[in-house]
This record gives sequence, structure tokens and C-alpha cells, in this order.
Amino acid sequence: MANIEIDGKHYEVKEGENLLEAILGLGLDLPYFCWHPAMGSVGSCRQCAIKVYQDENDTRGKILMGCMTPAKDGMRIGLEEEQVSDFRDHCIEVTMANHPHDCPVCEEGGECHLQDVTIMSEHTTRRYRGKKKTYENQYLGPCINHEMNRCITCYRCVRFYKDYAGGKDLAAMASRENTYFGRHEDGCLESIFSGNLVEVCPTGVFTDKTLARSYNRKWDLQTAPSICQGCSLGCNIAPAERQGKIKRITNRYHGEINGYFICDKGRFAYDHINSDLRLRDCFVENEKTSYDEALQHTVKLIGEAGSCIGFGSEKASMEENLLLKALVGSKNFCSGMPAAREQQLKEVLNIYKNARTELISLKALEACDCILVLGEDLMASAPRMALSVRQATRNLSFELADQTRIPRWQDEAVRTLAQNERSPLIMATVSGSELDEIASEKIHAAPAQLTAFGFAVAASLEGKTCLPEIAETLAGELTEKAKSVAAQLRTAKKPLIIGGCSLNSLALIQACGQIATALSRARSNGTVFKTPVSFVLPEVNSLGLALLLDDHTLKLEEAVQKGSEKAAIFLRADIYKHLPFEVAEKMFSSISSGISFSELPNRTADKCKINFPAASFVEQEGTVVNNEGRAQRYFEVYAQANPSIKEGWRNLLNIAKGIQGSLAQAKPLAELACFDDVSHFVRNSAPVFSTWDQVAPDSKFRIAGMKIPRQPHRYSGRTSLQANIKVAENKAPEDSDSPLGFTMEGAPTQRPPALNALTWSPGWNSNEAINKFQDEIGGHLRGGDPGVLLLREKQGEDLQFSFTKAQSAELVAVSQSRLFDSCELTVLSAALVQRADIRVAMLGEATAHKLGIQDGDLINIKVGKDGISLPALIDRSVPENLVSIPNDIHTQNELSAALLPAPCQIVRAVS
Amino acid sequence: MRILYLIYDYIVSNVKSVWDVFSHTFTKADTVEYPDEMPYLAPRFRGRIVLTRDPDGKERCVACNLCAVSCPTDCISLQKAEDETGRWYPEFFRINFSRCVYCGLCEEACPTYSIQLTPDFEMAEYNRQNMVYEKEHLLINGTGKYPNYSFYNVSGKAVSGRKKGEGVNEAPPVDVKSLLP
Amino acid sequence: MNDIGTSAVQSTWLLNVVNVVAILVFVVGSAAFTTWVERRMLGIWQDRYGPNRVGPFGVLQVLADMIKLLWKEDWVPSFADKFVFVVAPTIAMFVVVAAFAVVPVAPGIGVVDLNVGLLFFLAMTSLGVYAVMFGAYASDNKYALLGGLRAAAQMVSYEVFMGLSLMGVVMLTGTFNLREIVHAQEDGWFFIPQFIGMVIFFIAGIAESHRTPFDLPEAEHELTAGFHTEYSGMKFGMFFIGEYVSVLLTAAMMTVLFFGGWLGPTWGFLAYIPPVFWFLLKAGILVLLMILIRGSLPRPRYDQLMAFGWKAMLPLAMVNLLITAVVVLL
Repeated sequence: MANIEIDGKHYEVKEGENLLEAILGLGLDLPYFCWHPAMGSVGSCRQCAIKVYQDENDTRGKILMGCMTPAKDGMRIGLEEEQVSDFRDHCIEVTMANHPHDCPVCEEGGECHLQDVTIMSEHTTRRYRGKKKTYENQYLGPCINHEMNRCITCYRCVRFYKDYAGGKDLAAMASRENTYFGRHEDGCLESIFSGNLVEVCPTGVFTDKTLARSYNRKWDLQTAPSICQGCSLGCNIAPAERQGKIKRITNRYHGEINGYFICDKGRFAYDHINSDLRLRDCFVENEKTSYDEALQHTVKLIGEAGSCIGFGSEKASMEENLLLKALVGSKNFCSGMPAAREQQLKEVLNIYKNARTELISLKALEACDCILVLGEDLMASAPRMALSVRQATRNLSFELADQTRIPRWQDEAVRTLAQNERSPLIMATVSGSELDEIASEKIHAAPAQLTAFGFAVAASLEGKTCLPEIAETLAGELTEKAKSVAAQLRTAKKPLIIGGCSLNSLALIQACGQIATALSRARSNGTVFKTPVSFVLPEVNSLGLALLLDDHTLKLEEAVQKGSEKAAIFLRADIYKHLPFEVAEKMFSSISSGISFSELPNRTADKCKINFPAASFVEQEGTVVNNEGRAQRYFEVYAQANPSIKEGWRNLLNIAKGIQGSLAQAKPLAELACFDDVSHFVRNSAPVFSTWDQVAPDSKFRIAGMKIPRQPHRYSGRTSLQANIKVAENKAPEDSDSPLGFTMEGAPTQRPPALNALTWSPGWNSNEAINKFQDEIGGHLRGGDPGVLLLREKQGEDLQFSFTKAQSAELVAVSQSRLFDSCELTVLSAALVQRADIRVAMLGEATAHKLGIQDGDLINIKVGKDGISLPALIDRSVPENLVSIPNDIHTQNELSAALLPAPCQIVRAVS
Repeated sequence: MRILYLIYDYIVSNVKSVWDVFSHTFTKADTVEYPDEMPYLAPRFRGRIVLTRDPDGKERCVACNLCAVSCPTDCISLQKAEDETGRWYPEFFRINFSRCVYCGLCEEACPTYSIQLTPDFEMAEYNRQNMVYEKEHLLINGTGKYPNYSFYNVSGKAVSGRKKGEGVNEAPPVDVKSLLP
Repeated sequence: MNDIGTSAVQSTWLLNVVNVVAILVFVVGSAAFTTWVERRMLGIWQDRYGPNRVGPFGVLQVLADMIKLLWKEDWVPSFADKFVFVVAPTIAMFVVVAAFAVVPVAPGIGVVDLNVGLLFFLAMTSLGVYAVMFGAYASDNKYALLGGLRAAAQMVSYEVFMGLSLMGVVMLTGTFNLREIVHAQEDGWFFIPQFIGMVIFFIAGIAESHRTPFDLPEAEHELTAGFHTEYSGMKFGMFFIGEYVSVLLTAAMMTVLFFGGWLGPTWGFLAYIPPVFWFLLKAGILVLLMILIRGSLPRPRYDQLMAFGWKAMLPLAMVNLLITAVVVLL
């Protein structure tokens, strides 16, 4: 700690952190542009000038850049002195000289850091009367808009895009003061983190094109805390609504997960909520009915059947799944997942709970200095994790910086020092991944070989030679690599094993577990070394659903069998995706009384007798458990006006109320009246949920008697927005299930992080205001990062997995993780569909040659009885005897991903 | 002294007030008998709100939302839309005059001189619903009080008929490929 | 003889009834009319017109207002003390009208000729405070209650020197009979010897009818409408008309006591003008003066009002009494 004096007042700050960070951390205001808490300092914008005095006797002091000066004990600093504030005023004047006069037609207006800083630096009158520089804009794809005139050359965009996120197609160009930030030519920005440019750019050079379609200012957008439903990481987001439509999604800072950045899938995949395709009415036998009527039919149907099978879903919240399980009884509950995936998730839970492993957050992941990724294409299955992995590889450069006594936040210096030196990252995947470029070791092999490789690493860690069947499966070269990887893991300060479910292989997960155990044994020295592990799971609530599995839980096939005798409830579950087409068809030919809750039409919903429209995640509250076991709550962003669309948990409670006479287990559910009751029900249902109450404050939570508003305090148009329909204003909808209100009235400050989606502070209209909400810059949110870690309890027994040799097949089809078209929800996003990779089946050179297939040929791939036609792409990185099929929504419709990896046959289609 | 002051205060000043008021018996009334004769309303009078057009006849409103946010009664709402040339315009523009207090803050806030208050106050309706004005009721075919201003001439944004660098006080676009010092 | 006697008795009785009814109708009618006069005059003094739309010069405005008041819902608040609430405006109206009974308008015009007329007048005006207090208390409304408190204190305070200010006149004439007081002024109106008494009575009269600048009981900027906040319709109308009758009463009493009542010039053709005209003229001018004062003087603070009453007016009235006594004695 260092004691420093700012304008005559004494403060305590961290020794060695830069003064800008220190000053902002103290809650004081100091303008800046180029510095970013996640990216460090480069000192290029000259805006954070402060006066630093050498000692007690120094009366002159000198002007220094706050972001470039480390805090030292006994420093005296002038923050508001006339000389420095004049200096800042002049700097902003020069910065603003060429800035156009287009704030009214700029999407950034109202949440613009440049506007804030201009006011903060007291630059109120433009004296420059010369001609302003102009630039031609570029087309940067469907997500990002480019308006280069507004640029103030802070370099934040390229520093994020290239240095931080590893993008290649955005650069600073041109000579002298003509600096231009853009691509070499018009075209879509390739990085899947390009959306963050919108938030990183301090002004309006890069703006959200999807918001611009139907633009509203920040102050007009109603928001609530939410959780991204795109993958299992559970990034915190703030969806914004106006007039019943989601207009955009922005990052919501979470100190342990997403920090300042989210991926483009999380940011731009929201069109499905506004989509015309959405189900909006209840149907009974294809007849439109009212909600109550559909409910009556449902109750009657279940009553007649006597019992009911419930199909849960990884996409549904904990509350919905648990209520469904309680409603139908655990013997009639099915997770809706294929049996194989259930096993994988159980194994993941098993490894997570083991005393030799440690669960780590993305923030902690960034501190790992040796990472082994086994079988996951992180850029597609968990993009935000890939970004963190990228940062983790910089740990070596930080070490080098420490050695040369360069502060870690001296971004440019540290990068120059490190050049291409990176911490070890071992990418063991099926085919090439974008992270390969920063990997110290890249291994491309079939899933079975990857498993063998994992076991070989584990064996090497334990100092054993690997079993003959492992050596047999592995090519000789890989055995050697396994040894070197084991050595790296053993010597690293903080190693990490990343696995996942993308390849649908239980053995691969067990291999991860085996490595973790072996590493722990190898490194335990008196105290048990807990190996950090992280698994990428298929969906947003996969882990939560796995927590509900017990011995009674029906396997999908069993449930399908039983379901044909009884009524069946499908909760956001499209079982066609998880079963071979024939099996699913057969089941539905016998199920006469299906009840579906679905947001969008799908094949399961089509077959059901009763259809309820399901609320999307922004229209209900719920809790999801991410891949780290963190339970996080999302809230209703706006009140759904359609009476047929009710919250998922309310639907189930309504059914329970109706059926309580004939279904004994429904009785306790019928007594639950509100979301708080449901939360308590979850808490009491199992010991693992004992801390459930801490996930988020309950609906009775108030600050000085006030609710927390969803609308910003300057929300406009209240008396006019609906006036064309009825001139008398309607009462604002009430929210009895959460402490949030649907108005602009309520607690202005001290909102707990789990309930706050509005990043605003007086004078700080842009998202940079987040500085005012953190306990330290880039640290945790004040009041604690939201969410509760459920998997705290560890079990002692050692894990031991054994390798079983897979049956060799001539040709194996594996699924290829896809980002932008992986599910119904993203394909409805107009912008993302354009950005999805081309759909191709990837083959290795040798395989293609053997089958006589050439690049671009249309090929038929047959897996069991299902099949799919795709153009072929010959990719060197794909191992032999393997065909990699895109696991996108179109494939899922034709071929169940649950079947992969599986032996297949390829036939060249006759053109 | 104090006594004199009190006498003045209690008696003289009051009597003087009464006399002053009485003297107004013979002055002319200021009242304008409104429905029979129209009063003079200055151009800056704050009455019915209109949306004006550029000198070249295009809608001035760029849907920046500043009027809506400055409105103390929240009676203005609009939605931004954009034509294919990048020009912003309001998809709808609604003022609920039954809430409007004619404070003129919207006019102050307007960066394009689009929204203007006019000297017309005769807007009474029997049905309150008729007080809700949409864009077609608000938009006039003229420039209002500011005849020569056109926002897009000075904004720096390229719109139809004016490319980058063609606006007022704009240099031609930077040649990114030039390496000249 | 007997017949004649009976008819004389009958005619006196009939005459009395006619007199009473005529005076009642005239008083109440002119009180209503005064409301219009006041609004027009205030308009003129404030450089505007006042009500000028209903009928010629807006004269029918009174009628319109009356119709409006009559047609308004006769509403009694659910929380009010109903009986008292209804009785209060009746008292307000009754006491001022009753006080008019002793006013000698002209020879032959007047209801009664009491030998304690002046005392009767004072008694009746002091009763007026009950109306206000009852109305305020029955309303069960904090503004009304505050107004009522103010009214009670104000009226009780101002009553004291109101009575004392008149004692000079009584000393000069040696009678409480108002007709005799008028006759005593044939040689000279009392406003000259009793100038101070006249001023004090005028001020007290305004205060008793709680009109601006002494309208603290109903100060609308502070108390909504003071003691009659909860009143509407004709009950409010009675308070309202009561106030104007009170104005007329004050003007009439001033005329009688200080300006020679019906006495007018006796020279030339002016002698042929009926005395009632002179009475009405003098009273009318005084009403206008009260309206003028309303239009020009601001309302004092409550403590100023009390200080003015007790510390300025009361000693002044005593001094006036003392001097008069000395003069009469000498």
C-alpha cells in the first residue's frame, strides 16, 4: 500500500498501480481515452494529465500522464490544479478539432465517452475554424457500423482487436496524421469479438448496426440483469428493450466471468425474441385457444392419463426443470438429453466434485500459465473462454516484465519485450482451431486418439509408461508429445486442463479427469495440489440439469417408451435433435397427448396435442448454472403483454394447481404462489442448493423502501409512447416476483450487482461508468460479483479411469462446433446468419484422396439410417479417416448430433 | 424617528397604495377581448409545436431524441429510422399535447431547428384523444423561423447528394494510401 | 272607530311586514349585486374589465353565479359533523341580516327602532364568530380548523375596540338609539369630532367581515379557503353572501354613526330628493372604498394583525374615548 496525497487529501492506494487507475479506483474523476482497464496503458491520448510533486519542498511539480506513472508512497498529486486542467482542456480541444458535428445522428450519442470527457475537461467552445478532416467509411459487415470521421485516434480498437482478441483484419493505416482504422478492404470483420469494438471505442466510429435498425438512445432503453443463453459460460449481459422489442444486448460486467467483453454470439443473437416466427398463442389440436382453455385441456389430459412424463431441457432454467421434476415425480422425469450426454455431465460433476480438482472462473483462468485443451474448439463452443485462454498465454510476458521491472500495465512495453513469447498452450483438437496460432503445441487427431493422448499424458505424469493399447492407438510422435506436455504441466505455476462435451465423448472427459488426478498426485507435496479444470458444456444450464439427475431419472429412450403410454410434457425440449429420426417419429406416432412449451416452432412442438408458447429468457426470471457451477439469476427485461406467454415456472405452477386433486405430488407445488416460493422450493429440494437464497435478493428486497428501476432515470416518452392507442396513460406493469420495477422510479444508487443492469454514474454516461461500480479497477463489483458457486463441497476419493480402446472404424464422422448457426436462437439473427462459416464437411487430404473426393464436391454422409449432403472441403488439419460435419441447426434437423462421433459412409453425390 | 417611520409605514404608505390603485380608475384596460379581437403574438410565442423542413424541402428532424429527453412531461416520443443514403428520420413522431406544457425545452434542445413552437394556441378539443398529434399533423412545408439552416450541410455525415468532404468547412476525404509527408 | 283602530293596527302590521321583506330582499339582493360591483371595480382598478359577458355590462353574472351555486351538488363531507356543518352558514347569514334590523335607513324605513340599537348591532356581530368557528370545527379539516382558529381570535380581538370606538358617539349623543344618533347629527356629522373613532370602526368593520387585508381566516395562499374549505353549493353561498351583507352592514353603520345617516343637503332642489337616496349614496361610496382597499392593500402576517389590534387600535380607541369624555365633561 502507498499513501498518496491528492489535492491536499490523503488516500491509500496500491503500490505500483498506475495513478489513473488509482485515482479512478478512489472514485475521483480523471478523463482518459487510450487507457482501458483490461488492456493497460499506452499513454497516447495525453488526456489523463496530472501534476506530480517530487517531495515536500517541491512547489513547481511537473505534469505527467496518470496512466503512465506508477503510484509511490508519499507522492503528492495535483488533480484539479489550474495548470493541469488547462492542459487537459487544450488536449481535448486538439482531439476534438476534427470531430464532426454529428452527435444527433450518431448511435453513440448519449453514451459516448468522448462526450463525457469533453464535458469533464470543460471544453465547451470549439475555437478551431479551419476545415475538418474527413474519411471514407468502410463496410464492416452486418454487425458493426463504421464512421471514421469521428475517430480520435486513441488506438483502443486495434489494441483490442489485434492485441487482445487476436483479430487480424483491423489495423491502423496510412501515414502521418491521416491515421485510418479499418480493414484492408471492405468486408465483414472476421473476429468473433468484433462486437466489443462498440463498447471499446470511446466515440462513435464503431457502432452497433443491429441496434441502428431501430435505434434508441441509452436513456430510452429498459434493461434488467440477464445471463447469456448462448453457451455454458453464463456471461452476464444487459438486454435492452423498448416498445416490447429487444433492441440490443450489451456486456454487463462480471468480475469473475466475462469482465469487459462478450462474444458476438452473445451480443447479436437476440432477433429470435422479436421474431415473427415465435409462437404467440396457445393451441389445442391445432386450434387457437386462450391460455386458460389450454390449461384446462392440459389438466384434463394429465388427469386422464393418471401420470405424466416430463422432458426437461438444458435450455430451461433450474426453476423450470426442478418444478417439472417435482410435478411429474422423479421417476417420470427425463432430462431431455441423450443418455450419452447425461453420462458425460455426470462424469463432469464427478470430476468437479473431486478433492483433487479446482473449479476456476474465467478470471482465474487468465492467471494460468500452462493450459491443455483436450478436444474443444473453444472459439466455437465457448468463445469467451477462448479469449481468456488467449490472455492466459500472456503470462510469460508478464513474468518477463516483472523480471525487467516493467509494470504489467505498460502494455506496449510488455508486448514489445515479450514479442512472440507465450506461456504454453497445448491445443489437442480434431481439426484446426483459431487458437492454434498461439498454441505452443497443436495436435490434430481423432477423438479416440485424443483420449489416448490424454491417458498418455496422465501416465507420463505418474511416471509410468503408457499401456500398450494406448501406445497402439497413438502414433509414435504423439507419445513423445504427451511426455513433453506432462513435463510442462508439472513445472507450470498454475496448470489448467480444459475439456468438454463438444465431441460427445465420455472417454475424453475421463481422460481429462485422469490427467487432473495424475497431475495432482504428481504435484502434491504434503498438501493436496488441486488441479484447475474447466469443462465446456453443451448448453447454458447443462450443469444445473445434471445436478437434478438421480438414479430414478429416465433415460431418453425409456422416457420415449413410457411417454407413449402416458401424457408427456416437453419443456423447451426438441427431442428430435437428440434421437435418430426414426425413433423420434415412432414415439410420436404413439404419443397422443404431448404438451409442449416452446418459444419457436420445432418438430416436437408440431407433434404435440397442446402447445403453449414459452417465454424467452428476457420475459421471465430464472436461474441457470454455468460450467463453473455458478448459479446466476436472470430477470424479466420487459413485461410480456401477451397473456398467453407466461413465465415457464408459472405455467408449471398453474398446471400443478389444476392437477393437485388427481396427482399427489402436485399438491406441494400448488401451494407455491410466487417466484420467491419457487426459490425456496429449490433451496429446500437438495443440500447442493442450500445457498440458493444468495443467488440474488428476493422480491421483498428494497433500498430505503424503493424497488430497483429497470428504466434509466431519464427514460423519455412516458406520456406519449402509447398515446396513439389510448391517450390516458396505463399504469406501469407491476412485478411482484422480483425487486425490480418497470418504471424509472426507484433506488438511484447502491443497487446490488445482481440487480443492476444500468451502468451510469453522474458525468459518466458511457459504459466506462463501470469504474464507479467496482471495488478496484478491473476487480469485483462492489457488493460482490453476482451468483453463487454451488459445487463447493469436495469428495475425497481418488478418481481412476481406465482407457478402453475404441472399435476402429474405417471412417468416422465427428461433429464440428459451430458458433453462429448452432441453434434456432442464433439462426434467426439476421446479422449472425450472414457471418456463419460456410457449411462444409471437412476431410483430410489422404481420406479425400482415398475416396476420390475433390474440394467442393457434394457428398452424402450416411450415419446409421440418417444422412446428410454437404459440400466437401479438404483441410490438412483434419486427421485421417475422419469427416467433420458442422453441428449447425440444419445438420441437427437431418442428423442427430447425439449420434456422433459414429462410423459413417460417404458417397459422392451425382451432380 | 422610529415613530415617524411607523406612522409612515402604517398610514402613509397604505394610503398611498390605496391612492395609486384608485388612480387606475381612469386608465385604459390592458385586456384584449380575445375571441372578438386577436391579440398580437410574437414569433417567439410558445404555442403549437411543428416540425419544419430543410431549405431543400427535406425533413429536418433527424430523430436524435433530444427533444424527447428534454421534455419535462415526457410527451414526445419518436423512433429513429434511416434511409438507404444514411439520412436519419423519424419513423413516427408523436406529441401528446394533452400533456404538453409548452415550455419550449424541445425547441432549445433541437440541434437541427426542426422542432419549433409557433404562435398558435387554439388547440382545444372536446375529445382528449384528438390532442395526440402524429408526424403528419406536425410536419409543415417550410423552414419556420430559421430559413437557411440545414443540419446535414455541417454534420460531416455523408447523405444523399452530398458525399464525404462536400459539406461546409470539410476537407476532401483523406487519401489513406498516400505516403507523402 | 273600532274599525279604524283595527285597520290602523292591521296597516301598521302590514306595513311592518312590507318593510321587513323589502329591506331583507333589498339587503340580500344588493349584497349579491355587490359581488358583481366588486369584481367590476377590481377589474377597473387593475386595468382590466372584470365580468362583462353575461347581460349588459356583465350584470347578469350574479345571476349566473347564483344559478351555478344552486345547481351544485349539496355535498356534506362524510367525516363532517353534519348538523353543525349545516347550521354554521345559517348562523353566518342570520346574524348579519338580523343586525340590519336596527339600521335606520330613512324616516319610515327600518325594521325596528330599538333604544339599545347600537348594543344590538354589537351583539349580533359578535355572534358571527360562532358561525365561522362552527363551520371550521364541523368540517374536520386542518385548513378549516386553522382558519377557524384565526377567525375566532381575530374577531374577538377586533370586537373589543370596535365597541370602544363607538362609545365616543354614544357619549356625544347620550343614547344607544340609532335614529336619535342620526338626528343628533343634524348640526354636523360625527366624522369630524369622532374622526379617530370613525377610522377605528372602519378598520374593525373590515376585520369583522374578514375581508382583505384582514382575510386571514380564509387566506387562500396558506389555507386553501380557510374555514369554508369544505363548503360548496348554496352553503358556501350563504357564507359568501353573508360576507357581503356584512360589508353592507359596516357601510350602513358608518353612514348612520358618522356620516349623518339619511341626512342630506337642505338647500335648493336637493331638499326634494328623498332621504333614502342620501343614505344609499353614502353607504355606496363606503362600499366602494372597502372594495378599493381590498384591491390595494396586502394581507399582513398573523402576528402583525394581532399586534396591530392590541397595540395600536385598542390604545387609540381608549385615547379617543378619554378625549371625548374630557370634551363632553367640559
